[in-house]
Amino acid sequence: MTALEVRDLRKSYGDLEALGGISFSVAQGEVFGLLGPNGAGKTTTVEILEGYRTRDGGDVTVLGVDPEQGGTALRERIGVVLQASEMPAALTVREVHQMFAGYYSHPRDIDEVIELVGLAEKSGARVKTLSGGQKRRLDLGVALVGDPELLFLDEPTTGFDPAARRTAWELVRALRELGKTILLTTHYLDEAQQLADRVAVIRDGRIVKQGSPAELIGNAPRVEIRYREAGRDVVIETDEPTRLLAELAGAAAAEGRELDSLEVVRPSLEDVYLNLIDNGSPPEAATPS
Amino acid sequence: MRLFRHELRNQQRLFWRNRESAVFVFVFPPMLYLLLGAVYTGTSEGFKLADVLLVGLIGYGCANTAFAGLAITLVIRRESGVLKRIRATPLPTTTYLAAVLCSTLVVFVLQMLVTIALGLTLYGARGPENWLGLIPSVLVGVACFAGMGFGITSLIRSSEGASAVVNLIVLPMAFLSGSFGPTRHYPQVLQWIADVLPLTYLIDLMDDVYLRGGSFTGHPKEISILVAWGLAGVLVAWRRFGWEPRER
Repeated sequence: MTALEVRDLRKSYGDLEALGGISFSVAQGEVFGLLGPNGAGKTTTVEILEGYRTRDGGDVTVLGVDPEQGGTALRERIGVVLQASEMPAALTVREVHQMFAGYYSHPRDIDEVIELVGLAEKSGARVKTLSGGQKRRLDLGVALVGDPELLFLDEPTTGFDPAARRTAWELVRALRELGKTILLTTHYLDEAQQLADRVAVIRDGRIVKQGSPAELIGNAPRVEIRYREAGRDVVIETDEPTRLLAELAGAAAAEGRELDSLEVVRPSLEDVYLNLIDNGSPPEAATPS
Repeated sequence: MRLFRHELRNQQRLFWRNRESAVFVFVFPPMLYLLLGAVYTGTSEGFKLADVLLVGLIGYGCANTAFAGLAITLVIRRESGVLKRIRATPLPTTTYLAAVLCSTLVVFVLQMLVTIALGLTLYGARGPENWLGLIPSVLVGVACFAGMGFGITSLIRSSEGASAVVNLIVLPMAFLSGSFGPTRHYPQVLQWIADVLPLTYLIDLMDDVYLRGGSFTGHPKEISILVAWGLAGVLVAWRRFGWEPRER
């Protein structure tokens, strides 16, 4: 069964087109990553699905329901971590969980949730005394307290140090084990790669590529052969580096030339991503001269 | 109903836990009564000034709690994203707002009782002549200023400015409306301004009910002006109230 179905979703703010018709679907139990730079339209997408914004066009269903008509019944079944929101500073971690648990008809055990997000030791601490990472885990705990089927995590690790990010990743994996469907936005490539079953790369309100992390890398990177010749850089992209290199090297050796600054480079996933973000299309091969 | 009770408890906890705002909202009006009551002795229109000030500061307390305090709290919650986050839960917005309103009423009633107790014990002031008339007067007062509070919340853009804006309204209003003493000797212009302010009419209403034992229903003019101000606030809120931080 599909948990999320998005077809040709469009949204503009005045003259500014935030989403120019995006489509994707997320199966139940799947972790889906929306990956893209700031301003690409990730948060707009998520907030439409969460029911905060109306759409200008397209069809959207969340757990089988249109989020614009979902009402409290739908909100019982989803959990939300917003990109930027604070919890009441004067309450303790436990009190915040208690406050939100009371909004749901079938909440999870509060202490269990606090334990799950790793705040057991901070249970009695005021929110204002928590570190940034702990506050984010509090957000996650609050999102889980209603025992949702579907979780929206909008940039859950932005601003984390590497250790905190790794902890958060483990937490998301634990949630997947629990069978939760998760829609995650991030502008970190490695995060999407680590956590998501499938990823959509979004840029300027359009999805430029979609697939499993392996598929995203798989069909893109060609190997580059670089060297200098007659004072200029030559870059050749190829699927057959061995054969091409043998030809180049053979020709050069026959003429008694040296291939200056010879390098064979496999583009990293980062390059592929940046290329998608910059051009909106996979890197194009240069024709060997 | 379960949700309402739960949220009312949350609101009360949030109010009392937040020391700075609890002091400003709850303690400030009775404290002003203590100070003014110690300075002004004598009579006005046959009533001890301690009595007149008591009613005046109950009026100020109502505006301070239901208008200023409510608006500052809501703006801070909106700008910090708490309101937005709560909207993603199954709690209906009407339940949330009803709990906020009811919590405000609870705070104000407690504050009024404290102020009355201070007057009775320290300044020999009198208790309410008409308890039964005081109850609807309080309800109308809180409803009026809370309505205006929701309205001004919708107009304030940032947490930083909230306190300044509402106090710029409440303190001059309280002064002009006679919260801090009789206004008969004020220049005519100031009295004209006072004639359009809601607090003037709440204090007039309370004066009669509290000090003279007058009936609540004998004041259709005062009540309708208060209701009109409250509705004006609600109307602004209806059109402009937002649950999300104002981005620009």
